[in-house]
Amino acid sequence: MKNKFYFVIGALIAVLFSSCKKDNYDAPEADFTGRIVYKGEAINVQYGQVFFELWQSGFGNYSALNVNVAQDGNYSAKLFDGNYKLVFSPNQGPFLWKKNAAGRQDTIAVNINGSKTMDIEVVPYYMIRGASLTTAAGKVNGFCKLEKIITNADGKDIESVALYINKTQFVDGSNNIATQQINGAAIADLNNLNMSVTIPTLVPTQNYVFARIGVKIAGVDDLIFTPVTKISF
Amino acid sequence: MKKTNQMKKIIYAFAAIAFLSFAQSCKKDSEFLDKQPTSTLPIDAVWKDPNLVLTVVGDLYDRYPDYQTIEAWWAFTDFDEGFASASGDYFRHQNLEYGYDAWRYWDMGVYAYIRDLNMFIKRGQESTALKAEDRDRFLAEARFIRAGVYFEMVKRMGGVPLITVPLDYNYSGDPSYLQYPRAKETEIYDFVISELEAVKTILPDNASVQSRATKAAALAMESRAALYAGSIAKYSNSQLTLPGGEVGISSSLANGYFTKALNAAKEIIDGGKYSLYKKNPNLSENFAALFTDKGSNPEVIFAKDFKLKTNKVHGFTIDNQPRSSAEEAQGGRLNPSLNLVQSFEKLDNTYASLASVDGSGNPIYYSGITDIFAGRDARLAGTVILPGTQFKSKTVDIWAGYQLADGSIVTGDNFGQNKTNVLPGNTGSVQVVGADGPVDGLEFSAQSGFYVRKYLDPATGSGQIGTRSEVWWVRYRYAEVLLNAAEAAFELGDLATAANYIKPVRDRAGLTTALTPAQITFDRIVHERKVEFAFEGQELWDMKRWRLADKVWNGSNMSANDFINATNIGSATRTSTQVFGLWPYKYYNPGNANHLKYVFKVIKPSRVTAAHRFRIGNYYSSIGQDVLNGNPKIVRNPNQ
Repeated sequence: MKNKFYFVIGALIAVLFSSCKKDNYDAPEADFTGRIVYKGEAINVQYGQVFFELWQSGFGNYSALNVNVAQDGNYSAKLFDGNYKLVFSPNQGPFLWKKNAAGRQDTIAVNINGSKTMDIEVVPYYMIRGASLTTAAGKVNGFCKLEKIITNADGKDIESVALYINKTQFVDGSNNIATQQINGAAIADLNNLNMSVTIPTLVPTQNYVFARIGVKIAGVDDLIFTPVTKISF
Repeated sequence: MKKTNQMKKIIYAFAAIAFLSFAQSCKKDSEFLDKQPTSTLPIDAVWKDPNLVLTVVGDLYDRYPDYQTIEAWWAFTDFDEGFASASGDYFRHQNLEYGYDAWRYWDMGVYAYIRDLNMFIKRGQESTALKAEDRDRFLAEARFIRAGVYFEMVKRMGGVPLITVPLDYNYSGDPSYLQYPRAKETEIYDFVISELEAVKTILPDNASVQSRATKAAALAMESRAALYAGSIAKYSNSQLTLPGGEVGISSSLANGYFTKALNAAKEIIDGGKYSLYKKNPNLSENFAALFTDKGSNPEVIFAKDFKLKTNKVHGFTIDNQPRSSAEEAQGGRLNPSLNLVQSFEKLDNTYASLASVDGSGNPIYYSGITDIFAGRDARLAGTVILPGTQFKSKTVDIWAGYQLADGSIVTGDNFGQNKTNVLPGNTGSVQVVGADGPVDGLEFSAQSGFYVRKYLDPATGSGQIGTRSEVWWVRYRYAEVLLNAAEAAFELGDLATAANYIKPVRDRAGLTTALTPAQITFDRIVHERKVEFAFEGQELWDMKRWRLADKVWNGSNMSANDFINATNIGSATRTSTQVFGLWPYKYYNPGNANHLKYVFKVIKPSRVTAAHRFRIGNYYSSIGQDVLNGNPKIVRNPNQ
C-alpha cells in the first residue's frame, strides 16, 4: 500500500514536470529595431498611426504582426528567430513604398537570427527642411521649408501645414493645446513657411512646451512631422 | 389471501406489458422508425401552404441588416449626433480612431444568410403547389431582401463575391471551385439596381403594406443605391481605388447613376400613393409623431415593425426616456449633441449658433428657458427634447444650477438635489440642479443638456421593462425619396427641379421661405439630410459616399469657441470630432433685473476626451484575415 502511494506521487511529479516542458515555449528574444528613413534621415510620424506588417509563413493560417513606428521614426519588435517578410500596406504613412512588377506592394525578406537593426528606406512625398522652432514673448514661432520629393504623377499637393504645441512629448493633430494651420491653397512659397501660436495658460504651470510642425498631404492619412522639440520659456 | 391478490396484480402487469410489446413488435420496422419530426417541417410541405412560406419569409426579413437602429441606441453616439450618458458607453467618446474592422459586414453569418436567400429562391422556383401569384410575390420579396443585403455589404466593404445560387461542396478535397473573387463595386451596385428593377412590378403597389416589400420599397432602395454609387463615382478619391475595381467607381459613370436615382424616386413621387406626414398642425409634434404613428401613416414606405405582448418589442424608450418622468429608474442615455442642435437653421434659412453670448462676449439673459431655441426649424423640437419642453405631457427639468452675481456656480451632483443655505440671502433648502441634470459624469442625466425625442414612444408603459415599445424602425420614408430626387437632380445640374423637390420637406419643417434654385448647393443638400435624418442611421453612409467623413471627423480637437457665434455651421466640411453640450443656468442676483433669468454655457462633457478620427482606410472596412486565408482570390481593401 505504501509503495503504491509513493508510486502515485512519483508519477504525478513526472507528469507535472514533463507538462511544464512540453507546453511552454521560450519568450521571443530577438530585438528587431531600426528607423524609417529617406536617405539616412528619419521620417517623423504621428504616434501609433503608422505601422508595417511582418509575415511569417509555415505556421498554419497567415496573419500579420503589426509593428508600430514611433514619433521619431524608430520602431522595435520582439520576435522569434525565423524568416519574415516585411511590407507596408498600400498608402500607409506619408511616403510611397516600392511596388513589384504586378503593381502590388513589394516585400523585403528579413532573416531574424538574434537581434537585428535595420533602417527601412522609403520615399516620402515631401521632406521638411531647415525647420526651426523658437519662442518669443509667449509665443512659439515655427519656420520650415518643404521639398517635394515625389514629382512624377504619383506626387501630391499639400493640404495643410500646421504648427502644434502640447504639454507632453506627444504632439500631433489629436494631442495638442494650440495649433496654427496654413491651408495648402494659401501657401505661396514652399521655401518660406512661417507659423506662430500663442502658448495658452498651462494648468498645472510648467515652463516648457513641446512643439513640432506637421504637413498634411492631400489624400494621405498620415502626416509627416519635424522632430519634437522641447521649448522652455 | 393477501398474497394471492398481490400475485394476481403482478401477473396482470406482466400480461399487460407482454401484450403491449407484442402489439408494438407487430409493426413493421419502417413504420416504427420513419417518423416525421414534430419540430421542423420538410421543405416540400412548406411550399404547399402560403402561410407556412410566410413564416420562412418572416425569418428572412428578421435578419435584414441595420447598423444604427432603435434596437442599438449606443450606435448613434459613435459619431457626432449624440453623447452616450451611460457609464458603460463613455468609451465611445474616448477612442481616437475607428478600427479598420469597424462596420465590417462580411463573415460566415452574412454568407449563410445569402445562402438561405438563394436556397429559398431556388426552392420557390421549383415548387408547383402554390398559386403563381403567391409564389411570385414570395420570390420577389426574397430577391428584394437579397438586394438589400448586397447593398449593405457593398456600402461597407466595397465589391464582394456575388453569389446568386446556392453553392454546395462536393467533398472532393478541392474547394477551389467555390472560391469566388470579389466583384467590382459597380457590379454589385448594378446587381442591386437591376434586381430591384426586376421585382418592382411583381411586388404589390400598395401603400398600406409597410413591413413587407412593395413596389415603392424596391424603388426607394433603388434610388438610394443609385445615389450612393453616383456620389462615390463623382467624389472619387484616387486613394480609394483598387486596380481590379473592387473599390472605386469611375467618375464617368456618375451621371448614369444619378439619372437612375432620379428616375426611381420620380416613379414613387409620380405614383402619388405616398405623401409627407402632416396630421398634426403643430409642426414639431407632427415631426415626432411621424415616427411613432403606425395608423395609416402615408410617409412610411418600409419599416421593421414591432408588436406589444410578443417578443418583438424593443427598449428604446426605456433607455432614453427623460429621467425625471421615467417609468423605471433609468433612461436618458442618448443625449443629442450641440453639434446637431445648432445645425437646425433659423426660420429665415440662415445658420446661427445658439446665442449664449452676444457679439462682445457678454452673456445673454433669457426669461424663458426655451427662448434661446425660438424661431428655429420645427424639426429641432421634434428630434430633441429641449430644456423646458414636454414629453408624455411632463415638462423635463434640465438646468445645471445657479450662477451667482460673482460668476460662481451653485450646483449639485445628483438628480434634483436640494441644498441648504447656499444662495446669498436665502437660508432655506433649495433645489440646485434639475431633476434631469445635467450633472457631468452622472449617467442618465442630460449631460449635453438635451434628451432625444425621435422614436421615443408616447404610449403609456413604453418606458417599463415589462411592457416595452412597439414603435417601428423606419428604413425608407417618403421624405428621403424627395431628398434623393433633389440631390440627384442637383448633381445632374437641374437646380430648379432640385429646389422643387426639396421644398415640401422644408415646408413641413416650417421653413416656408422656399430656397431659390440658385441657393441649392452641395452644402445645402448635406445639411438638409443631416437635420432631416438625424438618428435614422443615415449619417455614416452619407458621409462615406460624399467622401466627407475624413474631413468632418479629422481627429482635430474642438473648443467651445467653435460653438459660439460660429460662421461655418452650414459648411459640409465643418469639423465635428467631439460632442459638445449647452447647459442652462439660473442667474441668481436678487434686485438685479436679470434675477432668475437663464444663461447658457457651451460645455464639453468631461467624458469626451478624444477627437474622432476617420482614416482613409475606414471608408471600406477591412476584410477578416480568416476570409483572406480561406480564399486566396480575395484582395484587401486599400489604406489599411
